[in-house]
Amino acid sequence: MTKILAVDDSNSLRQMVVFTLKQSGYDVVEARNGTEGLQKAKAGQVDLVLTDVNMPEMDGITLVRELRALPSYKFTPILVLTTEAGTDKKQEGRAAGATGWLVKPFSPDQLIATVKRVLG
Amino acid sequence: MNMGMNIGTTPAHPQANDFTGTGGEGDQFLTFILAGEEYGVDILRVQEIRGWTRTTAIPNAPHYLRGVINLRGTIVPIIDLRERFSMQPLEYGPTTVVIVVRAQGERRDRIMGIVVDAVSEVYSLKTSDLQPPPDLGSVVDEQFLQGLATVEGKMIILLDIDRLLNTGALEAEQVME
Amino acid sequence: MSIDISQFIQTFLEESFEGLDTMESLLLTLSADDSESIDAIFRAAHSIKGGAGTFGFGEVAHFTHGVETLLDEARAGRRLVSPEMVTLLLASVDCVRSMLVAARDGTTLDRARVAAIGRDIETSLKSGVGDQATSDQFAKSSAENTSRQPSAERNGWRIVFIPEVNVMRSGNDPLRLLQALEEFGEIKVTCHTAGLPSFDDLNPEECYLAWEILLEADTTRDSIAEVFEWVDGQCELTIEPLSEFTETMPQENSKLHAHLDVPEEGPGSTIQDSAIVEKVAPTANRNRGDSGSIRVNTDKIDALINMVGELVITQSMLGQLGLKLQSGTNEQCIEGLLEGLAQLERNTRELQENVMSIRMLPISFAFNRFPRMIHDLSESLGKQLKLKLTGEQTELDKNVLEKITDPLVHLVRNAVDHGIETPDVRVTAGKPAVGTVHLNAYHKGGNIVIEISDDGAGLNKARILAKAVERGLVPAGQALTDEQINDLIFAAGFSTADAVSDLSGRGVGMDVVRRNIKALGGSVEILSREGHGSSFIIRLPLTLSIMDGQLIEVANQSYVIPLISIVESLQVQQDSVKSVAGRGMVYRLRDEYIPVLFMQELLGTYIGNSKQLTDSLLVVVETEGQRAALVVDDLLGQQQVVIKALETNFKKVAGLSGATILGDGTVALILDVSGIISLSRHNLGLTRSIRTEEIKAA
Repeated sequence: MTKILAVDDSNSLRQMVVFTLKQSGYDVVEARNGTEGLQKAKAGQVDLVLTDVNMPEMDGITLVRELRALPSYKFTPILVLTTEAGTDKKQEGRAAGATGWLVKPFSPDQLIATVKRVLG
Repeated sequence: MNMGMNIGTTPAHPQANDFTGTGGEGDQFLTFILAGEEYGVDILRVQEIRGWTRTTAIPNAPHYLRGVINLRGTIVPIIDLRERFSMQPLEYGPTTVVIVVRAQGERRDRIMGIVVDAVSEVYSLKTSDLQPPPDLGSVVDEQFLQGLATVEGKMIILLDIDRLLNTGALEAEQVME
Repeated sequence: MSIDISQFIQTFLEESFEGLDTMESLLLTLSADDSESIDAIFRAAHSIKGGAGTFGFGEVAHFTHGVETLLDEARAGRRLVSPEMVTLLLASVDCVRSMLVAARDGTTLDRARVAAIGRDIETSLKSGVGDQATSDQFAKSSAENTSRQPSAERNGWRIVFIPEVNVMRSGNDPLRLLQALEEFGEIKVTCHTAGLPSFDDLNPEECYLAWEILLEADTTRDSIAEVFEWVDGQCELTIEPLSEFTETMPQENSKLHAHLDVPEEGPGSTIQDSAIVEKVAPTANRNRGDSGSIRVNTDKIDALINMVGELVITQSMLGQLGLKLQSGTNEQCIEGLLEGLAQLERNTRELQENVMSIRMLPISFAFNRFPRMIHDLSESLGKQLKLKLTGEQTELDKNVLEKITDPLVHLVRNAVDHGIETPDVRVTAGKPAVGTVHLNAYHKGGNIVIEISDDGAGLNKARILAKAVERGLVPAGQALTDEQINDLIFAAGFSTADAVSDLSGRGVGMDVVRRNIKALGGSVEILSREGHGSSFIIRLPLTLSIMDGQLIEVANQSYVIPLISIVESLQVQQDSVKSVAGRGMVYRLRDEYIPVLFMQELLGTYIGNSKQLTDSLLVVVETEGQRAALVVDDLLGQQQVVIKALETNFKKVAGLSGATILGDGTVALILDVSGIISLSRHNLGLTRSIRTEEIKAA
């Protein structure tokens, strides 16, 4: 089963993302910040990472950079969840190695469409 | 008291059926005996009937409050109805029972026990068939009476349990929760 | 597939309120160079905005966007954190909170205020240091919006896509991009392999291919560009209408080769120095996590506590059985029973401690409102204030916590209003201009102690006394101790404020504060030094549902006295009993004369004393600095009792604080010591007349 790591410090957004993905038949691993996300990614290979940018402990950009440095995540799609104001965040995210981004606010349908696009 | 008018349960009186036994339509009342008279309370308010058990006296309480008991973990006050109506006290015996009722009040519902001489029957009565309380002659304060009914030739005094258990020293005070 | 997002709204609201609390508390302690706090405040605003947009709170998202932008500039160092900005941000926090509350409860929102604060934020954004950056950002995003206008071009498109060799390092797969294009319509793809190196030089992690795609679809250039948005900058992309397309492929190919010759330096391999490195979250956050993440339905807790109550009852029942058996014969059986009892007792205690701990919350839940209050009071009263909080992690029962909050608010207001002087007065008095209010909490015995201290003027005893005489609370010329004078401020309707201020003169007096504290089974004491400040010391039980009690017997009935109020128990010494005219009887205990209270009369259960006074026992109790010696018939055991309210099915009874159920299933009443002492004052005449007769007879 395709496994997705969802990283967000906001409980409500994370719950929404996780619920939506599970409804669509994905296996989902949750984390509340970059540090936890990195741990979980190391603990078991995932096929896609969805991460928020602004988080305590370790932000999303750092997480992307850390993941890309791992051999097993060299080519794994990583999507950054960002807000419309964060144009520089998109660039920063990509500079760190993110595959792409999903602009908040997004609907469950948009989320699934984007995930499908990345995972094929 | 004018008791004659309700006697005569002939088939010509269709309502008469409502006054016989436990069946039929209308509200059900549990009746009990107190100093030779039969009293009734709305059966929906009756939680259980139990024997007399020793109570714990409450300091400086009115004489008719026998005290409190433990009813499955909650503290329930027990009121002696003979004392409440200033009747001759009766030594508690094997037939003495406590009827545990739910008294609805303006502020909250409370569970209380009333001590009576003995439990009698359950009757179905139509509220429309109740007689207004008599102007005189009852030992029970008129304000606590819901009405009178006649069943099988007997007079039953229906008590307004809410008013009885929410008046005077029993009145629930405002509780800050 | 449709997903109902409303199911997440509750969580969103909860986390948003927490976020707002975090913002508020950090803003109140914010200094200009505290980048860690600014980051945390920004993050909170950012999360609220993100969630609000997602869960359909457009108004909140819009409002928070301005707040977030201000904070973003502050954290990027483009904007100075001024006191005015803090005040504006605090007001914004209030606005967002009120918007969310209105959305949650369906209450009306003060839109005028929200609009006014919103305008202030906009003004601030325009005029602030970060002017340039902000308007740039807005300009950019609005430009983005306009460029997304759909164009009316039709027929189809020719797309040339030449990715950089390292494109796959970002997790992008050219194949997926082609698949995405396929969704628009039929595509014809030509793959150009000219860039492929010899097999030996081939790095399987790199992409050497280029594609030419002919897309016949009724779509816009923008939607095609959107497909390649994620690889923008990592590829060369040409999108042109099929109608304009001419055979130029050879040229394209040479372009492609030229491109591939460029040494590898995609943005994917650079790490920007400016990346924000988040530090470890401040401890305040961690604390919030600890206490905020436990949400237990109080009904469940109450049910658990009832279970524990039953367990306690079973235990004492078994205890009695054991004692009965002990007088019998079967020794082995008794031994096993007692062993089991010890086990049960231990289990009971453990279970009880665990269960109680669920209800325990740190007092920071009550304290955390004060930074904001002090900030606001400081502004409205023109006083300079500093708040010191210690012992915030001290835990107490949730019920007690909820009920003590209002009295605390009142005492803190009072300390600021009446205690702390204006800066000029303080400086003249040789004190620092900034006044300090100190809230401290700690456990002592079975109690929690909360101290509210200020370094203000202290209680003005002369003025209090004068006021009390004027109000007829004490007769003129009566000599009072300092404590008695201080105590007068707790008298009903007492107020010494020269002008009734907005804060303290709101009709809620100190008498209410003391009454509320007493209702919780606690006490309040004042320490004050004129010119140096005052301390209000509150003592409260940790919990309201279980306590240690001493069982006593009066007129063949068991009662419980809270162990905490018992000073000592002793046998009556006849020559220590004195009758004092007009004051009933007193007992001389060492150098102290303590009023004697005869429990049989006080409890209205006088059974014509079977015992002589000398056979009776005295239980010396103390509450709020008053002592009394209770005459009881017998002392029984000590045990923990589960407190049951009498008012559930009856009403409050003077002199009793509740009831409990003993091992044999009977009810024992719990004495309220201060209530007993006040009862005794009413009954003094009666007590004296009966007892004097008996003493004479003896």
